[in-house]
Amino acid sequence: MTGASDVIVVGGGLVGAAVAYGLAREGASVTMLDEGDVALRASRGNFGLVWVQGKGDGMHEYASWTRRSKDLYRSFADTIRGGDGTDIELKQEGGLELCLGEEDFRANEDEIRRMHNQPGVGENDRVMLDREEVRKMLPLIGPEVTGASYSPHDGHVNPLYLLRGLHGGAQALGALYVSGAQVRKIEKDGDGFSVSGKAGTFRGGKVVIAAGLANKWLAEMVGLTIPVEPNRGHILITERMQPVIPTLLVNARQTADGTINFGNSKEDAGYSTRINPAKLGEIARSIIRCFPVLKDARIVRTWSALRVMSPDGFPIYRESETMPGAFSISCHSGVTLAAAHAMELAPVILRGGFNARFAAFSPERFDAAPAA
Amino acid sequence: MTRFDLAIIGAGPAGMSAAVTARDAGLSVIVVDEQPAPGGQIWRAIGRNAGARPGNLAILGEDYASGAKLAARFEASGAQFWPSASVWHVDSPDDGDKSLTVAWDGVTRQFTARALLIATGAMERPVPVPGWTLPGVMTVGAAQTLLKSSGLYPEPSLLLAGSGPLLLLFAAQCVAAGIKIAALLETTPPGAYLRGLPHLPKAMLGWRTLLKGHRLKRQLGVSGIPVYRAVTDLAAKGAERLERVRFRSAGMPVELEAAHLLLHEGVVPNPQLTRLLRCEHHWDAAQRCFRPDLSDRGETSVDNVFVAGDGGGIGGAMAAVHSGRIAALEIAERCGAVNRPSGDVEIVKARDALRAELAVRPLLDAMFPPPDWIARLDGDVTVCRCEEVSAAAIRNAAALGAPGPNQAKAFLRAGMGPCQGRMCGLTVTEILADARGESPERIGYYRIRPPIKPVTLGELAALDGSD
Amino acid sequence: MLRRLPEQKGRKVRFLFEGEQVSALEGDSVAAALMAAGAGTTRTTPKSGAPRAPYCMMGVCFECLVEIDGVPNRQSCLVEVRDGMRVRRQQGAPGLPGEADDDPV
Repeated sequence: MTGASDVIVVGGGLVGAAVAYGLAREGASVTMLDEGDVALRASRGNFGLVWVQGKGDGMHEYASWTRRSKDLYRSFADTIRGGDGTDIELKQEGGLELCLGEEDFRANEDEIRRMHNQPGVGENDRVMLDREEVRKMLPLIGPEVTGASYSPHDGHVNPLYLLRGLHGGAQALGALYVSGAQVRKIEKDGDGFSVSGKAGTFRGGKVVIAAGLANKWLAEMVGLTIPVEPNRGHILITERMQPVIPTLLVNARQTADGTINFGNSKEDAGYSTRINPAKLGEIARSIIRCFPVLKDARIVRTWSALRVMSPDGFPIYRESETMPGAFSISCHSGVTLAAAHAMELAPVILRGGFNARFAAFSPERFDAAPAA
Repeated sequence: MTRFDLAIIGAGPAGMSAAVTARDAGLSVIVVDEQPAPGGQIWRAIGRNAGARPGNLAILGEDYASGAKLAARFEASGAQFWPSASVWHVDSPDDGDKSLTVAWDGVTRQFTARALLIATGAMERPVPVPGWTLPGVMTVGAAQTLLKSSGLYPEPSLLLAGSGPLLLLFAAQCVAAGIKIAALLETTPPGAYLRGLPHLPKAMLGWRTLLKGHRLKRQLGVSGIPVYRAVTDLAAKGAERLERVRFRSAGMPVELEAAHLLLHEGVVPNPQLTRLLRCEHHWDAAQRCFRPDLSDRGETSVDNVFVAGDGGGIGGAMAAVHSGRIAALEIAERCGAVNRPSGDVEIVKARDALRAELAVRPLLDAMFPPPDWIARLDGDVTVCRCEEVSAAAIRNAAALGAPGPNQAKAFLRAGMGPCQGRMCGLTVTEILADARGESPERIGYYRIRPPIKPVTLGELAALDGSD
Repeated sequence: MLRRLPEQKGRKVRFLFEGEQVSALEGDSVAAALMAAGAGTTRTTPKSGAPRAPYCMMGVCFECLVEIDGVPNRQSCLVEVRDGMRVRRQQGAPGLPGEADDDPV
């Protein structure tokens, strides 16, 4: 058994690392237990958006939580840079969802209207732009583009540097990082918890389970039911190029180093991260419809990764009632919510009152009998 | 979609031999290769030299010339051959045929095959010495390719540095062609022959190889090329291109002016396709590289995916010919084209020939041990040439807790450039293993994903299919 | 600089490198032909602009990237020379193909 820390965080992806970083910033002693080099790891497979528009349709608490994280991001980025020097390449200059054809345009318009009618949801300044307005921002759009929805709050980061910055920052503040831990067991141990796996047994006063899809079975050990399921997304990335996409899109993002990521596909494929060539073709065709000139851009890598999806798509946060001090944190927006997880959620873990503060994100919302 | 019994990637000794064998058994066979003509690296441009440039055969030697016969049999075999074609994805569903996606002639094409033979051979081990990215520095194999394909050679002030049979062979070819080598820098640690001695009795099975090696040494001995022995701390220097080479020979510092520096520290299996297919690999400590796990018929851990030739572990051209034949016989049997026991008899014969050919390898591994200094690299020497990531940065990633090359890649972009990790993969594994005090086997290797060659969005858009 | 052994038979091929006429032998790869023509550097890196030249000559290292007939980042060791080909150094990251002006004034 290794010496006890205040909190053990199970999971070293973006959610776990953001929470661990936030806890360490509050002065807690933290042990972060991660998997090995090859893991499902949504954090290495995601797209890097700090995205606001469209979030929270059906739950205003999620809309404002997302907005809060976005508002915190600049100072969060500065803090990380001050920690271990990592520049997470944050850019918050607005983002677009392009519409192909009239029907697509109307669907986006309808969504804006619908969300606007929900109190607390429609405050994301999302507006529709017509084709001409879009063309001023993105001169290379193709003839099928009818317009776009736009929010000035959308932005992006380099998610890999964000992960590195959180790992580096947490460790600079004294956190212990253990890879290859492969946690298999979480137990109550005196007034704390003991957590065991391949790297041994660790003891902590509190335990935070932030292990992505594995929360489903890990959280059961602390008496929580967390109904998350995988949803597969594919991403394509080009070689480094001169700047060609000056404005951020929900499905195309040119990074600071010049590579362009394409993505935004959704697929139910169980736990398989096999790359589906037909899906690559589908994404490529849709990008070429948006930007015909990109047909000659060269793709150097593709990958697929699994989103961590709850039944309604919103986060699930909960402290166990049967084993207080054990927390489960799940969401599919590990990038967008990283700032909120580090700066606002982590302190509540230490301070108490967690379930009251995050009541809207309780898994109990799934217990209600389904409507007839 | 066209379906073949056997798809072969690579038209070198292993691929050609397998294609000829499989065609003899009546299988439908397709062979794709990146090069414009069959022969692989070892028999590069064999057709042209055997035809229009016979003078080059005398320079390149018997082993090279011997490729012409197999190349001719391959061309007459009736296997479909796509030269200058890049395979950029192979999909291997749990049940059913392999499907290959190939860019050929500017168009993406797909076909399926019951069995796949990966015969993509070896690549030279990247030699990350300071300054190895400077124009004027390339591999010995690159210079040999220039000689084979175009009769071109570097001049003036040509230095060869490193260790291994290919280095000596190329030096001998230069001597035969009258190409001036300013100096030979041998990095082989002293005591090679003593280290090799215990392996000698077994190696006598491969006496032909030994004899050839002996002849090479003698040719070089009388050539009068200055040789620096026990070379360490090699570094290439220059502003825009190579100007000088610094090193220690038996501990003494030396600096030579040079316009060309050729590096060689042995060859390693080209891992891209077996990694893409998620075949199991193991670390070969004697050759300091990963090799795919193979059955005695050459099958990988993935059903109906075979490897023959140097891609499965370094054995040289003749071993590749035999292993290609073994794999093809096994595949023919699975396709019902060859009956036991005649197929088995043929396999036994080929296996005996292969064993004799491989007998010399332990001796060679002992005489030319792969470099151990790569694992200890640190400081600003470039490891990832594409993304310009240094050895020190890799060590920093290890200090941050990166347990293996995939986390390091995410933190640093090492391996994310156009070469897709080919030039840094092995070095990153070695440095992380050293930094973390773990075995390279445990550290692992990059996850390789499609496309294994860059492909345009337009070519991807042409991909259809039901899945 | 590369030199050629005597008695290398083959048809002469002429192409343009950075707008200058260069000759090679049929069957030469573009990378070989460029080095024979004394090209020195074939590309500069997108990250630091460092000069690079072919390293492996077998399609592995991607150091021989050049622009051929307006298409950037071609592996010149895998392409054979053809009459009239227009070849340029790959300077850093490419823009969109076809965007580059072939004969800048």
